[in-house]
Amino acid sequence: MQLEVYIIKRYLFRGIFTCTTIMNLFYHIGRYFILLGRAFLKPEKFSIYWKRTIFEMSNLGLGSLGIASIIAFFMGAVIVIQTASNIDSAWIPDYTIGFTARQSIILEFSPTILALILAGKIGSSVASEIGTMRVTEQIDALEIMGVNSASYLITPKIIAAVVINPMLVIISMFLSLTGGWLAGVMNGSVSTYTYIHGIQYDFDSFSIVYALIKTMFFAFAMTSIPAYHGYYTSGGALEVGKSSTKGVVYSSVCILILNYILTQLMLS
Amino acid sequence: MYTNIELYINTVNVELIELQNISKSFGEIEVLKSISASFYPGKTNLIIGASGSGKTTLTKCIVGLTEPSNGNVLFSGEDFHTMKFKQKKTVRKEIGFLFQGSALFDSMTVEENITFTLSMFSNMTKEEQLDRANFCLQRTNLENVNRLYPAELSGGMKKRVAISRAIAMNPKYLFCDEPNSGLDPQTSAVIDNLIKEITEEYQMTTLVITHDMNSVIEIGDNIIFIYNGEKWWEGGRDEILKTDNQEVVDFVYASKFMKALRK
Ligand SMILES: Nc1ncnc2c1ncn2[C@@H]1O[C@H](COP(=O)(O)OP(=O)(O)OP(=O)(O)O)[C@@H](O)[C@H]1O
Ligand SMILES: [Mg+2]
Repeated sequence: MQLEVYIIKRYLFRGIFTCTTIMNLFYHIGRYFILLGRAFLKPEKFSIYWKRTIFEMSNLGLGSLGIASIIAFFMGAVIVIQTASNIDSAWIPDYTIGFTARQSIILEFSPTILALILAGKIGSSVASEIGTMRVTEQIDALEIMGVNSASYLITPKIIAAVVINPMLVIISMFLSLTGGWLAGVMNGSVSTYTYIHGIQYDFDSFSIVYALIKTMFFAFAMTSIPAYHGYYTSGGALEVGKSSTKGVVYSSVCILILNYILTQLMLS
Repeated sequence: MYTNIELYINTVNVELIELQNISKSFGEIEVLKSISASFYPGKTNLIIGASGSGKTTLTKCIVGLTEPSNGNVLFSGEDFHTMKFKQKKTVRKEIGFLFQGSALFDSMTVEENITFTLSMFSNMTKEEQLDRANFCLQRTNLENVNRLYPAELSGGMKKRVAISRAIAMNPKYLFCDEPNSGLDPQTSAVIDNLIKEITEEYQMTTLVITHDMNSVIEIGDNIIFIYNGEKWWEGGRDEILKTDNQEVVDFVYASKFMKALRK
């Protein structure tokens, strides 16, 4: 009897808990879009926003180039080695290795995996920067001066990432394919000629467009969501850390969901 | 006392701030209880009161950084909280605000901090902006700090940079939250004089929060004593030394020095 009461109570609470979580979710989504609405109001002085956007481009873009390159290079190498070892059959031509590597790199690895890694890097830096400004009253100071803090702080970051990330992805595609080629040639599973033949085989340039469109959506998510979490931080240094974690987690989840939706829309 | 000014206000639209029954609660706790007051241009208005009595909260309610639970704030006769976003921004451009914790932009140098609003809202050239920044820094007794970042300054220096930033635009309304906490007595006096001077010179409406009895005696044209979230007492600097309001007396003559002075 007691056990049953306990179980009923437990599920009741869980039900209430789920309800409030869903309400919370809507609350956050609403507030997120209101913040974005404010962020995209007309800027006070265009030249200053332009300068900030350029700064963020070099900050977020160049700052991520190193890690993006290393990851791309080694990922390409591993993809080729794995593909080669898995299709060790006389019936499948060798150029399949290059073909498979190209397809997986261009369609998924470069845009999505890179986005997830950048979401960690860019997301945490955006959320902690804006969150720190919030808890040290710097955002209040901007507001008091009559500056639209949302557009001053958030918009340049979003624009910078949306412009720069596609470039990073193109570089990473190139480096991935290079890494794959080196790995394939070095372990003797594929010759340069066959690899390049595979890469060119049945190439549809739309796949690049597809990858870049995805990247832009991901870039938007990986800056705006952490920015939201940073902007509404309250408390102190501890909360800044929490916002930064939340920003990264939510933007990663959002990237995965967006990936599913965009793939469904564009490739079917 | 203010009959002349009030007469003047009825005819001309001056930059006064008027509070009507401002209340603010954080959850259950009632921090401000129905505070009404008027602040006139060219006068240094002081808000004094014990730590935690709600002084900072009151100023933040006035400028709209926190929404008051109740009551209105009028800037030059217009209700601030019902204003449109754009109109609010216009008023805010005329506000200089010194935060208790300075709130300098830590990604910018001292110079950039001060010229920020100038570059955002004025048509000054780069040189004019720098001149203005140097002028403001000089007024607060700071030199050779232009290129430093806030992290490289001491607490008192940060405060003074923040004061320079607040006065850079020559605001109509100046709010200073403890401008001389953390400063030595001499610099403190310099800041007090600065506030008084610019208030009179540019007919600013100035609101200073302070704990410092020196400032109270030096610059307090109109002093409001907040006690338990209420406006407990109001008067000029001459009156505050003579008042027999027990709470005010306890506050003003808390230190041995002041007690001795009284005798
Ligand atoms: N964001 C907030 N949430 C909850 N309570 C708050 C908040 N801000 C202030 N308070 C409470 O309001 C009261 C007044 O705080 P306030 O900062 O206005 O004091 P103060 O008069 O400026 O003190 P001090 O002289 O120490 O700066 C305090 O009891 C504080 O706990
Ligand atoms: Mg305070």
